[in-house]
Amino acid sequence: MKNYDLVIIGGGPAGLAAAVKAYDLGMQNILLAERDDCLGGILNQCIHNGFGLHHFKTELTGPEYAGRYIEMLEERHIDYMLKTMVMDLAPDKTLTLMNSEYGLFSLKPKAVILAMGCRERPRGALNMPGDRPSGIFTAGTAQRLLNIDGFMPGREVVILGSGDIGLIMARRMTLEGAKVKLVAEINSFSAGLKRNIVQCLDDFNIPLYFNTTISRVVGKDRVEGVYLSKADEYFRVIPDTEVFVSCDTVLLSVGLIPENELSRKAHVKMAHQTRGPIVDNTYMTGVPGIFACGNVLHVHDLVDNVSEEAEEAAKNAVAFIEKGAWKAVLKIRQEADCKVQEGAGVSYTLPQVLNFEALEDLTRINFRVKKLYEGASIKVHFDDQEISSRKMRVMAPGAMQAVYLKKEDLDEHRPQTITVSIEEGEED
Amino acid sequence: MAEQRKLTCISCPIGCQLTVDLDDDGNILNIEGNSCPRGPIYAKNEVTNPKRVVTSTVRVNNSLVHPVVSVRTVDAVPKDKIYEVMDLIRQLHVDLPVKIGDVLIANIADTGTDLIATRSYE
Repeated sequence: MKNYDLVIIGGGPAGLAAAVKAYDLGMQNILLAERDDCLGGILNQCIHNGFGLHHFKTELTGPEYAGRYIEMLEERHIDYMLKTMVMDLAPDKTLTLMNSEYGLFSLKPKAVILAMGCRERPRGALNMPGDRPSGIFTAGTAQRLLNIDGFMPGREVVILGSGDIGLIMARRMTLEGAKVKLVAEINSFSAGLKRNIVQCLDDFNIPLYFNTTISRVVGKDRVEGVYLSKADEYFRVIPDTEVFVSCDTVLLSVGLIPENELSRKAHVKMAHQTRGPIVDNTYMTGVPGIFACGNVLHVHDLVDNVSEEAEEAAKNAVAFIEKGAWKAVLKIRQEADCKVQEGAGVSYTLPQVLNFEALEDLTRINFRVKKLYEGASIKVHFDDQEISSRKMRVMAPGAMQAVYLKKEDLDEHRPQTITVSIEEGEED
Repeated sequence: MAEQRKLTCISCPIGCQLTVDLDDDGNILNIEGNSCPRGPIYAKNEVTNPKRVVTSTVRVNNSLVHPVVSVRTVDAVPKDKIYEVMDLIRQLHVDLPVKIGDVLIANIADTGTDLIATRSYE
């Protein structure tokens, strides 16, 4: 088996963009490992449009976006293996892989990029009471059944959770002739993008009920209906608010969880806020030479951001390989040059630490807000000193935000902690 | 002023909140709230002739591995034509191979735009 300098785990949008970027920076000894029988990952089943507006300056569907990257990969003759499962990743970057061509084999690259993506929260994670009939799908499973396998999952649909995939599936099932009765969201806001509420629900007069959840599923073999109840701010069902809605299908769109089994095996330190690795501004994890990007790191709402992040991770992985070792060995948490942390109103920041020796002119700090804010300001503090304040018209949890820090400011102040917080605006 | 309409721009994921002022005849007097030039174009279409890109799948005749292939309209079609477009998509069966960009139905439902494949299958 040929040995590789860089192995990328996962052939979805993150892995594809990382492979192409690393190659273009002169790294030719790359392997992309994918467990599915084709490249492109989840994009293949996301047949709706809206991808690539930022990255390709044109509006594409998921398969078209993936298709562009697959073409770039083929043009560069970058090695990739399909139907290949990475079984283990050791802290010294030894990979154990398996496929039907080579059986069980190992590789020891100089750097690894984690690009495994995420998976959906299933019913089991919700403690949803009631019967256990067939007809309950995660929205992504229904999407695959319909868009790849050509099966219609049901005719009368209730959707729990207002994540983007659930909203997209509300429209998709409606166009295919199903009756989507409603979307129930336990929060007082939607986790999905506003444009999806407009074009997937409002366009088809599908109601969205906030502070509402499924309190009981009814059905012997197949779902026959659900009881909906109001929920309080602590997500507790409010008694005597139960209403019965008949349906044969329930779709769950209740969040995505980064898929980090391999990261944990490699002793990569994880952040509880993102459920992904803790990384510095080079996208390197706590294990030198292991980088992470895309939904395995934190769940994105735009694939364009995934591609951009993957290119950054690839650039730094190439630098790591070329220099033999990172100039400043990673300093996660306690020994870090600088911690980046979430303040009031912010649910997480990424990266979580900064390595001052690897600063670019601008350092992008991604973050998400905890709730819907109108006319609030994004505040950045270096230690106790306020560095910047920017008023925003609207910020929603469904849309990732970013602040950019200048190298000269960081060099001048050398803060030990950077805090991103939200301050509510005064009433106009 | 006859009417003020509030819209969420769907041109990109930012979702700007647009305010459109209309006179008694439905003519646009003013558009506010956009952060890029796509906003006013969207707002104008939305109050006069709302349009959407339709995406779906069509049946494949000659493959067990790929029973359907994904498709879309190249440009947005008028909202009131969406179900007509969907009916034509449902009736269509194609043979592989299919390449991204292949025109499967030209000028679908007289909308002036084509239905194309969005995935390549051998």
